[in-house]
Amino acid sequence: MLKDITLGQFFPGDSIAHRLDARCKLLLVVVYIAALFTAKGVVGYGLVILATVAMVAVSRIPPKALFRGLKPVVVIIVFTAVLNMFFTTGTPLVKLGPVTITQEGLIRAGAMVLRIMLLICGTFLLTYTTSPIALTDGMERLFNPLKKIKVPVHEMSMMMSMALRFIPTLIEETDKIMSAQKARGADFETGNLFQRAKALLPLLVPLFVSAFRRADDLAIAMESRCYHGGDGRTRMKQLKWKTRDTIAMLLGLALLAAVIGLRRFGL
Amino acid sequence: MTPIVRAEALRHVYSAGTPFEKVAIDGIDLSLTAGQLVGVIGHTGSGKSTFIQHLNGLLKPTSGAVYFEEQDIHRSKEATRDVRFSVGLVFQYPEYQLFEETVYKDIAFGPKNMKLSESEVDARVKEAAHFVGLPDELMELSPLELSGGQKRRIAIAGVIAMRPKVLILDEPTAGLDPGGCRDILQNILDYRSETGSAVLIVTHNMDDAARIADRLVVFNHGHIAFDGTPEAVFSHTKELMDIGLDVPQSARIAQALRERGVALPDSIYTPDQLFAAVQALRKGAGAC
Ligand SMILES: Nc1ncnc2c1ncn2[C@@H]1O[C@H](COP(=O)(O)OP(=O)(O)OP(=O)(O)O)[C@@H](O)[C@H]1O
Ligand SMILES: [Mg+2]
Repeated sequence: MLKDITLGQFFPGDSIAHRLDARCKLLLVVVYIAALFTAKGVVGYGLVILATVAMVAVSRIPPKALFRGLKPVVVIIVFTAVLNMFFTTGTPLVKLGPVTITQEGLIRAGAMVLRIMLLICGTFLLTYTTSPIALTDGMERLFNPLKKIKVPVHEMSMMMSMALRFIPTLIEETDKIMSAQKARGADFETGNLFQRAKALLPLLVPLFVSAFRRADDLAIAMESRCYHGGDGRTRMKQLKWKTRDTIAMLLGLALLAAVIGLRRFGL
Repeated sequence: MTPIVRAEALRHVYSAGTPFEKVAIDGIDLSLTAGQLVGVIGHTGSGKSTFIQHLNGLLKPTSGAVYFEEQDIHRSKEATRDVRFSVGLVFQYPEYQLFEETVYKDIAFGPKNMKLSESEVDARVKEAAHFVGLPDELMELSPLELSGGQKRRIAIAGVIAMRPKVLILDEPTAGLDPGGCRDILQNILDYRSETGSAVLIVTHNMDDAARIADRLVVFNHGHIAFDGTPEAVFSHTKELMDIGLDVPQSARIAQALRERGVALPDSIYTPDQLFAAVQALRKGAGAC
């Protein structure tokens, strides 16, 4: 059941979106987020939605998978929507005892929900179409200039790729331990929230033990292959900036420019 | 005899609807009767572990059903949980799943979940520990301080303490030294003879399977390829080898001899049978 958490899991494929350079996709996400937060009117939002739909179509990621990715954040979305709905002043629409729902509040809540959902879709498209290795590699290259001011860029990206590498392993491990405890009658599914949280406690001990064991093994394996940091390391898969990356980048910038332009006219 | 556990047309698909979709088992029909000792063999990834996790309701079949004492185990959440006390499952490498502070508490986890009285829990823990040969001095130690073989025994004791009517073990002897293997297999045989429970063992060791099982089930790519007495199953030496499985050493030798033109019967899988067959052959040769 934990396996259903697809949070940012890579979906192997061979679409144009998969083949774009990781650096290009990272920059595009930044541009996309900028456009999303600049958009103000209906036309602006419409443009961003259109761009998102186009990207999903190009990436050939099944929309179902995207919606499943949204599931874990439903709580956050609902929470923001409710807050915005009740705590925005303006023309009152409905009065429910002490709280009033205003027209402005409703619009704002709707816009907020749309924004969060688009934000998640955009970032998930990145992680769905980019393997964790390409992703951290791209980040390392983008942040490379920071090395000049002694930021340990390589070490940070190494840590990140390891973390990404071990998330599925840890989820699998948790699943196994849960199964073993369920086989002896542990109950994770019924009872109130407190009881359920308490049932989770015995999971942590074997999980930490195995995580530390793994970390230890990995450190030994790396050391015995003479790993010594980023200097002079070469890569098996080189990132190459191609014409299609430039085109994608230009399209992204065009979207941002259009949204900024529309905002000026309040659209 | 009515079966105690029965699986019907079981099919399980992992990660359905994603690019990682994988049909792990398909069309599995199998029943166990009390007192039976069934060996399950099959190559890596053939669906053995997936199958046995259906028998105590840890996995829900994509289609098909599992019955315990002729009742569907998924008829309600409570029923599923209760079945787990009757169908005890020891996982692959269970030693990584111990979690309590002391050996005693770990073995007591199952009986406590059964809501037994404290004295009953105590009696069961002691009995189970004794059964697998864990000395009393270990009971108050942390399971993490013990050796791999001891941990494995603690895990088995933790399941035996629930006194399941069906005991399922996933590769209980993997990675143990020959002495440790023998002890654990002997414990399992004793458990069956003392309680009359049904036992199902997944194993990669054909000699063990040939020696202890009354019935063998062979998995191949999520289907059951053979199901019968060890004698019947191991008479398919060639087919078994073709699907990448091993056969007991004696069966392998007999097959090698057959390929060199020695006329041996099909049903050889223990050293004694091989010896007898070869002797019979020599007598026959001497006669003419
Ligand atoms: N949690 C899971 N998610 C996705 N696929 C899985 C999962 N567990 C098993 N599989 C796949 O299902 C198939 C059957 O696996 P299973 O663990 O049942 O095999 P097995 O016969 O027990 O193998 P082994 O002898 O190595 O233990 C394998 O191809 C495996 O990759
Ligand atoms: Mg297995």
